[in-house]
Amino acid sequence: MEKFAEQFLNLEIMAAAWPTVVQGLWVTLLICLVVIPMGMAGGLLAALASLSPRRAVRWPMIAFVDFFRAIPPLVLLIFVYAGLPFAGLDISPFTAVAVAFFLNNSAYYGEIFRAGLLSVGTGQAEAARSTGLTAGQSLAHVVLPQAVRNVLPDLISNTVEVVKLTSLASVVSLGEMLHQADLARSVTYNASPIVLAAGIYLAILWPCVRLISRFERRMAT
Amino acid sequence: MTPLERFLDTFFNAAVLAKYAPAILQGVWVTVELSVLIVLSGIALGGLLACVRAYRVRLLSFGIVIFADIFRALPPLVLILIVYFGLPNAGIFLSSFVVLYAILTLILAAFAEEILWAGITSVAKGQWEAARSTGLGFTQALLWVVLPQAVRLAIPPLTNRAIAITKMTALGTVIGVPDILNQATTAQSFSGNASPLMLAAVAYVLLFMPFVVLSRWLESRFAWRKV
Amino acid sequence: MIDPRAARTADPTAPAAAPAAGRPALEIAALHKSFGATTVLSGIDLAVAPSELVFVLGPSGSGKSTMLRCCNRLEEPDSGTILLKGTPVTGAGVNLNQIRQRIGMVFQAFNLYPHLTALKNVTLALRKVRGLSRAEAEARAVEALTQVGLADKAGNHPAALSGGQQQRVAIARALALEPEVMLFDEPTSALDPELVGDVLAVMRDMKSAGMTMLVVSHEMKFAQEAADRVIFMDGGSIVEQGPPERIFGAPEHERTRAFLSRVTGG
Repeated sequence: MEKFAEQFLNLEIMAAAWPTVVQGLWVTLLICLVVIPMGMAGGLLAALASLSPRRAVRWPMIAFVDFFRAIPPLVLLIFVYAGLPFAGLDISPFTAVAVAFFLNNSAYYGEIFRAGLLSVGTGQAEAARSTGLTAGQSLAHVVLPQAVRNVLPDLISNTVEVVKLTSLASVVSLGEMLHQADLARSVTYNASPIVLAAGIYLAILWPCVRLISRFERRMAT
Repeated sequence: MTPLERFLDTFFNAAVLAKYAPAILQGVWVTVELSVLIVLSGIALGGLLACVRAYRVRLLSFGIVIFADIFRALPPLVLILIVYFGLPNAGIFLSSFVVLYAILTLILAAFAEEILWAGITSVAKGQWEAARSTGLGFTQALLWVVLPQAVRLAIPPLTNRAIAITKMTALGTVIGVPDILNQATTAQSFSGNASPLMLAAVAYVLLFMPFVVLSRWLESRFAWRKV
Repeated sequence: MIDPRAARTADPTAPAAAPAAGRPALEIAALHKSFGATTVLSGIDLAVAPSELVFVLGPSGSGKSTMLRCCNRLEEPDSGTILLKGTPVTGAGVNLNQIRQRIGMVFQAFNLYPHLTALKNVTLALRKVRGLSRAEAEARAVEALTQVGLADKAGNHPAALSGGQQQRVAIARALALEPEVMLFDEPTSALDPELVGDVLAVMRDMKSAGMTMLVVSHEMKFAQEAADRVIFMDGGSIVEQGPPERIFGAPEHERTRAFLSRVTGG
């Protein structure tokens, strides 16, 4: 038991690793700040395209979304990071993360927005258009707000997944929180720095996870 | 070399592909084996926990919620690294395969528990009452009347979640599980060519695409239930 | 058959002391129930004779559904005793699942199991509670479905049945267990008017076959022609009771009169 505590909950080592891990936390937050808005924007476009009345637009987009839902994010990331340089495209780890996450997130957010847009009856858009709003205006002011509200739990849930996935950036040596914690782990031969990082992830994500459960229960009743 | 030739040579090099295809095929078996084990045990454990929670024994339910929350909130890679690098120093030695299997199973169990629990709570109270009024006990009502309906509600989200989590078997690469991605990155560094990565990507898409399409079909099929 | 616990749980002042020959099928004595600060039942006493059809009337919130649901303890009474043919339903140590097989219940919302066919809705308790073999259970289920006129719908899922048909399957589900008493909780309130008749016809058949029935409903016409006794409840207690002709023809209490004139619109 003592061995466990020393190996996983060593406060001295945690204290020593704290500055390194917090440095990583800022990078994690920076990644989130870049990839979440990008993914949502890409997802919205993917959703609109996959609902297009034109088959030539709709089918390729559905195939695009399914392709990126089928491929593991880490495979995509390594492919982008390690594969593209072979083709003469030298990119930084951060760019690789941004590109891979954009593709992966667009697919997942796309499915959610699609379900949301489908959940709003066509009567809403018709009513908006009948009052003279343009297609864009009726989407922005009438349909989208309702769509987002209908799939809010899924949006939050997917955003939690995106935050968790940023830890994959450690594999391509981007100095985000897990990478920094693992660095400290390899120096100290002790898992406590990663436990510290886990604690920070929990502090950020636990409230979100609680919120999602609350939502699910409310939808149930 | 024209740019196209260069591209083909980088990503579709026949000689490299032929040389490393067997290794990647071995990786496919590891990935498939892990995925099947994780899906079976993760959903079974999650279902068991959701059922235990239905008895509303406060202490047990509290423990289940804490478990489900932690394993839903923490990044899988964080859990994998803690266990894989932490346990040996505490005197416990587990193979990378076992660590990956155990962690992903627990994560899937956490999500499955939440999804099935949401299903159980969404079954109308009248179903319980009808079952109990005919003399079925609590456990019988749960197993024969409520759970089948909860499972039906849970199938689309559970399919999506199971796909997302089995895809994470690729994380095994980080701790040396010889899965598809691991074989491919090894081959890539030996050959100095990106073709093995391309082959890995193709293998993953072939492996998971049927399930993604299945999940899309399930969603459209069960969509009316939400109304 | 005599449960040693009966003596302890039964209220000595309750009609339980009546001679066995004239023993009621269902006896409710001094039944109290509150939800938080709201008292829903304040001392209900009621004895239903074998083969009697007792019809319970009353405004919403009068406690009639709660009284019914206390009879098989879907609602736990705060105090009071309930006896089924002399066997205690209330009190500690009662084998609830056993006693519930002897009390059939029909719900306003049917509560058929949507994932099972009509036949399997009926056989589930026969197999899991009674332990009948599949063949025995199905034979008895077909019998029960025939009784409600739906043998041909045995293979249908509830979603493929009309509301009236669903309610008749629900009746068959209860009947198949050969209950000694049947409780009906507003069995026709969720039905379109044109489907009510089929359900009432089944209930009439059950009545003439000698079933003991306690019916909470708003079907006044059915009460007038089929009920042996009508009970008017208000504010958690029985205001008055008597044969239908008297309750509908010459109600004694002002509250009964007010209620009747409101529901009949006359």
